[in-house]
Amino acid sequence: MKPAPQLKKSSNGAGAKAAELSPERELRRIVATVLRLAKSTGAEETEVHVDEVADALTRFANNAIHQNVAELGLTVSIRTVADGRTARATTNRIDEDSLRAAIEASLSLAHSQPKDPRLLPLPAKQRYRSVHRFLKPTAALCAEERARAVRRACDLAVKNGQVAAGIYASGQSQSALGNSRGLFAAYRETHSEFSITVQEGPAASWAKANSADVRAYDPQKLAARACEKAHLAVNARKLPPGRYTVILEPSAVLDLVGFLFYDFAATALEDKRSCLNDRMGKQLIGPNITITDDAYHALQQGAPFDGEGLPRQKVLLVDRGIPRNLVYSRSAARSTGKQPTGHGFALPNEYGEAPMNLVFTGGDSSVEKMVASTERGLLVTRLWYIREVDPYEKVMTGMTRDGLFLVESGRVTGAVRNFRFNQSIIEMLNNVELLGPAVRATGEEAFEMVVPAMKVHNFHFSEVTKF
Amino acid sequence: MWDLCTNALDTARLRGAAYGDVRVMHLRQRDLTTKNGQVGTLSQSESIGLGIRVLANGAWGFSSTDRLTREGVAACAAQAVSIAKASALAKREEVVLAPEQSYIDSWQSPFRKDPFEIPLETQLALLLAADEEMRRVKGVTLTETDMQFRKIDSWFASSTGSRIHQRKAISGCGIAATSFQGEEIQKRSYPNSFGGQHALQGYELVQSLDLLKNAPIVAEEAVALHSASQCPEKIGTLILGGSQLGLQIHESIGHPIELDRVLGQEANFAGTSFLTLDQLNKLKYGSSIVNVVADARLDHGQGLGTFAYDDEGVPAQCTDIIKDGQFRGYLSNRETAHLVGLNRSSGTMRTESWNRLPIIRMTNVSLLPGSWDYDDLIADTHDGILMETNRSWSIDDRRYQFQFSTEIGWEIKGGKKVRMLKNPSYSGITTDFWNSCDAICKLGHWTLWGTPNCGKGQPMQTMGTGHGASPSRFRNVRIGTAFSNQ
Repeated sequence: MKPAPQLKKSSNGAGAKAAELSPERELRRIVATVLRLAKSTGAEETEVHVDEVADALTRFANNAIHQNVAELGLTVSIRTVADGRTARATTNRIDEDSLRAAIEASLSLAHSQPKDPRLLPLPAKQRYRSVHRFLKPTAALCAEERARAVRRACDLAVKNGQVAAGIYASGQSQSALGNSRGLFAAYRETHSEFSITVQEGPAASWAKANSADVRAYDPQKLAARACEKAHLAVNARKLPPGRYTVILEPSAVLDLVGFLFYDFAATALEDKRSCLNDRMGKQLIGPNITITDDAYHALQQGAPFDGEGLPRQKVLLVDRGIPRNLVYSRSAARSTGKQPTGHGFALPNEYGEAPMNLVFTGGDSSVEKMVASTERGLLVTRLWYIREVDPYEKVMTGMTRDGLFLVESGRVTGAVRNFRFNQSIIEMLNNVELLGPAVRATGEEAFEMVVPAMKVHNFHFSEVTKF
Repeated sequence: MWDLCTNALDTARLRGAAYGDVRVMHLRQRDLTTKNGQVGTLSQSESIGLGIRVLANGAWGFSSTDRLTREGVAACAAQAVSIAKASALAKREEVVLAPEQSYIDSWQSPFRKDPFEIPLETQLALLLAADEEMRRVKGVTLTETDMQFRKIDSWFASSTGSRIHQRKAISGCGIAATSFQGEEIQKRSYPNSFGGQHALQGYELVQSLDLLKNAPIVAEEAVALHSASQCPEKIGTLILGGSQLGLQIHESIGHPIELDRVLGQEANFAGTSFLTLDQLNKLKYGSSIVNVVADARLDHGQGLGTFAYDDEGVPAQCTDIIKDGQFRGYLSNRETAHLVGLNRSSGTMRTESWNRLPIIRMTNVSLLPGSWDYDDLIADTHDGILMETNRSWSIDDRRYQFQFSTEIGWEIKGGKKVRMLKNPSYSGITTDFWNSCDAICKLGHWTLWGTPNCGKGQPMQTMGTGHGASPSRFRNVRIGTAFSNQ
């Protein structure tokens, strides 16, 4: 591998220090190099994405670390346009020969297809609202610190006669996007996550947090909560399937409503695969549900620009139960006579766009108040293996997991065996009785969003499993 | 590449590693899709880098980099050792590896036509022609086609002397037609849903599929489903087509036998397994005609789980999983083999890329063919439902309770397919289901299906697995649950 003289990737560094990203000027230099090289290849227009990641993840199970990994990587993705055609080639080799080869590969791919009558010129220079999501304490978190925190969590489980498994991850990433019409955008963020499952015999429970700022949560408190709930989860009794009032903790809400995100894409409606086809402007869900897409919300993460470099806009998607607006890539906006909203995916692609920063408006209740207000229902910690059964009615199936509790006369009275559900999200969002404050929720089925806990009546559980 | 490997291993040893293994991998991929007669995705990518796994102070560390200079590789190896020493701060016992010989070898998966040598124009022309065939059918509202090709070179070196180079070529292809009508979306795919068929083959896979013949068939079925009867809710006889049965094997046999899950190592994410160690050689997993193997050898076929060596340097093997209905074996690695009384790994450690740690993975987990001719199986079924092509899949985190739905169903009465059914689904408990199997079709109906998108591990890794299956019959299955509203 022949390194280019002025294109350096940062070193992992020796010792246990967290790896560091390259300075932004290095990414700018790569973008400039690609644009310069592309000029001599016949590309009429060129777009360059540079993405760099330095991540680490400590994984534990059976009260000990069993996997512990770190990753450093940089990719350069090049889209060229020639004669009304476009295509993309990606490489992680940044010497000039490799970059030139990627440009030529992109052009070769582009020339192999028919002209695309919908293809738009690349966007010109844009203005971006700044976001600050890079936190030094997160970037500096090292393997020893993660290991010590894991050790404390595991010791707590051992002390309780329980078994802990989970992850403690931290890292940083950055992206730069530039094109031959002068557009340039750059973004960097840190990310961290602590997740723990605690088992007590056949019972288990779970807690998880995710933030750009590692100081935003306390792994030991999450461990304590999982230990406590795992103990409550022992001696689960079997209840018959049927319709129940449920109190969904934010992670459970997220993993269900997360499946709605692509339905708000203008391209999904054009393709007639959205549950919003023929339903825009109608009272589809309860008037207590309002959904926006807001990349600038304090609890959100992600770049303030989309795959073509357009600034992300805040979009009101559902206003008091009525779907009002969609998100639009430049292409979708052109074909529907709308303005682009800054939600497009990197081209070329067949999906168009999607809102990636969903925010549900919360309420003034809480999980505790929801429990206290419930005569008979189920408290759901987490859902698992959710898949779409009916794309138009948005019926989803999946399982409860890691802590399902019976609520009777306003208090938790015991654990219940896990259920399978077959539930329409549309119906569910018509049956919301109470909302908690919206929080940054994290699960395993959907990307992080800002959602509240919900109390929902008539939630449909179809079968019960053996634990 | 061997110099990079040696550099990494030497650095790790000098820093205090007792064992190390390195993978340099070069991955190349081409993706083509069309939608409604237009090119969708058209891209190719390459990625090259190095990942090193080390044991130091009795614990694991792993680090990866794409900075393939002498300095970059040395820094990466030093980082891996530092991480291993940090892991030792929270260890309960020393890692012990089952012995394995060292190998110096080179292997390439067989293929007749290199997909990267086939002109893009040829590949796109075929997809656009299939797309057009589907769009000819009135009522079709969305047409999609795709091809995906990968070429993976890996260089494995260990501190015990192995030097193994492998090159694999992987192809995938599929088409789908969707119809939105009234308040219903129906879809049909060929030859399988979620991207079609995938195998360790060259472009000959695409040419074997006859997309143009099948395009109008799936398009017409997608539209016809709107006027088909709803699949009834009942306990009854179920016949599964081969691709759906492949996914059933994947979810209800392949995952539960992963020894890392059994031992709790995936408890926080992918889940655990009902197949606790006391079940080995005791559990009656299925009926006496159910025989399942995990076979990574080329003899089994060119599946997504076929290789010569796993990513821990262990040769490909065939392991009995279920023999005459009895549970006989797990998927193991060098670290876990001794826990099930084995003195050697079963060779199932696999990694998605250079920047991921190898973990226990399915290889080709296949239901061996039975004795039935397909027509005889239908003729022998008095009252049943045939379900084909997966639409949704879900199973609990210990792999007991599952629910699947398929794109299309057919009611069978008096030994004949009598009418199409829409929204078919079935559910059950894993061992009850496999014990209800009373007929498996023979080798002529058997296909080694590819599942290209199996997610596992943290950070998440996506892996391709193979599942050989032929249409099979199951009795007393709960049918129609997914659309029940009670």
